[in-house]
Amino acid sequence: MSQQRSIMNIRHMLQRVKIKNPAEQKRASENMQHKAKSAFWVMVEKEFSDHIRSWRFTILLAIITLACIGSIYSAIKAIQGGALNEGASFLFLSMFTLTDGTIPQFTQFVAFLGPLMGIVLGFDAVNAERNKGTLSRIISQPLYRDDFLKAKFTASLLLISVVMFALGFLVMALGLIFIGYPPTPEEFLRVLFFIITSIVYIGFWLNLSILCSVRFKQAATSALSTISIWIFFTVFFSVILSLISGVLSPDQSGSSTDMMRYYNQMNMITKFSPAELFSDITSILLMPNIRTLGLLTVEQVTLAIESPLAIGQSLLLVWPQITVLVALTFIGFALSFYLFMRQEIRSRS
Amino acid sequence: MDAVIKLTNLTKQYGDYKAVDKLNLMINKGEVFGLLGPNGAGKTTTILMLLGLTERSDGEIEVLGLDPKYDSLEIKSKVGYMPDDIGFYDERTATENIVYTAMLNGMSHQQAKQLAEQLLNRVGLEAAAHKKVSTFSRGMRQRLGLADVLIKQPKIIILDEPTLGIDPEGVRELLELITKLSKEEGITVLLSSHHLQQVQKVCDRVGLFVKGKLLACGQITELANELNDQEYIKIQLQLKQDSPAFNEQISQLSYVKDYDFEQEDEVASYTLYCNEDKTAELARLAIEQGELIMIQRHTYGLDDIYHRYFAGGDTHESTA
Repeated sequence: MSQQRSIMNIRHMLQRVKIKNPAEQKRASENMQHKAKSAFWVMVEKEFSDHIRSWRFTILLAIITLACIGSIYSAIKAIQGGALNEGASFLFLSMFTLTDGTIPQFTQFVAFLGPLMGIVLGFDAVNAERNKGTLSRIISQPLYRDDFLKAKFTASLLLISVVMFALGFLVMALGLIFIGYPPTPEEFLRVLFFIITSIVYIGFWLNLSILCSVRFKQAATSALSTISIWIFFTVFFSVILSLISGVLSPDQSGSSTDMMRYYNQMNMITKFSPAELFSDITSILLMPNIRTLGLLTVEQVTLAIESPLAIGQSLLLVWPQITVLVALTFIGFALSFYLFMRQEIRSRS
Repeated sequence: MDAVIKLTNLTKQYGDYKAVDKLNLMINKGEVFGLLGPNGAGKTTTILMLLGLTERSDGEIEVLGLDPKYDSLEIKSKVGYMPDDIGFYDERTATENIVYTAMLNGMSHQQAKQLAEQLLNRVGLEAAAHKKVSTFSRGMRQRLGLADVLIKQPKIIILDEPTLGIDPEGVRELLELITKLSKEEGITVLLSSHHLQQVQKVCDRVGLFVKGKLLACGQITELANELNDQEYIKIQLQLKQDSPAFNEQISQLSYVKDYDFEQEDEVASYTLYCNEDKTAELARLAIEQGELIMIQRHTYGLDDIYHRYFAGGDTHESTA
């Protein structure tokens, strides 16, 4: 019985490697000569050029660029106005985190407009193709279904990376010109890590919007649902947090252990918001003087020398946050993958 | 002839509803096969299962000797599928659209461009090759769809409702193009339609598909003969005036099983259902008894096949 099965297996394998006919062989060799790309990269390329050509991306890019330039202006004003103490270290990083109060700082712009960029690039990734009737045509080509989804994600993420690096370097360059103070290698690395984490953060929103575009048949529904999630986390989450905090907070006479427990609980709940995670990461990475995100007891602080953290230590401090952000992105992708693989694709439905 | 598509007891179930019910079908190499049936008969579902785009509930599928469950990718590289109401990237040109398809099939850009140009000439879109697809008419889109399907140099092409929404002249041209391609390149064509009349001329064989079941399969003439054998022969005749004598006579004839009578503006119309073909005798009788205007022996045509199989109801039985 098992022998029979193994023979069958071998036969099956032989069928798979059966010799190609001359025409096919010729075609294959031609392909080799011209270096035909795999279907995945062909799709990535097309998606990328689609995004670049699209109006909404152009508009969004213009808004973000203007916002960045505005924030640099405000930071420079603040520095000129003497916002920094004498002998403050990390002058260059303050380009990203300082504001004179008129325009928010660069990090805030990224935290606010970044998710919007992710959403704009992803909210109609799948359902627009479905409604146009192109999805069933593409899916009937010899490619794996997940490649389609991956290509959409990769292309958008690639674009986001290009934009974020461009903006980050733009800010650095303008900073160099205006304050004439070069960054130390550590500062440069910190900015680099900040850019990378912001790409991960935007990637999370991109993934969420792709998930909605798989789930909802109408582009408008998926856009609205992603934007409402975004607004929830940026606006309402803090409102809800303060409500919960009101309930949980121990009264004035509470013991220190009660207070500790309360702060730990609040800290835990805050971590549910990706926006909060991102702001933690930004502040630790760009403000080396912050030594912890949680509570420090008096015992811990005594005898500690007030000095900035080394970059390795800063990274170590935000490592959990980064991990959670990456994990959230993966969960989003896994969900959309799961939904998409099981969907029946008919033309325009 | 060797079968390139072989379906055995293919079943697709959505909850309690059977979209495709134990379908058995063989399609031979190089033929044009029409899968005909009303809307919702399960034609598209069957096609999707063939390509491995949706999972079957039960049964076996063999496409070019491959099972779509395991070798979906290889099948998709050899089978061109044109969905109904095909969509293109509107903001791109016709050439760009099909070059993209070609590149997804592993061709280089250069190679794809050459082939696209050839194919667009072939389907008569050479003038519109560099126009955006958003400017295309329905018929042009459909022809572009054909080019899109052919660019992967398939062994089988599957066209889902290719004639839907095109004007009659466009339908004729498109179907001519399809048959020409099939004959010249030896491509097997499977096309689905709910328009029996439109596709009958081009199909070598048809399968009539209703409520997930294949009711009949074969050449159209065969199907018509089958129907003629089963049924009574229907003879229609008209007399200029109603003739009681004729009425009496036909009611006594043994081979006339039943008849309908209608009178309109003096003209009397009869529809007779006979066992045997006695058209000549009836004509003689009519001339003797009255003034014959028209006599016609009714053979079962496509309309009747359509009604008989698709509508499920039998017109004769309802009148009898």
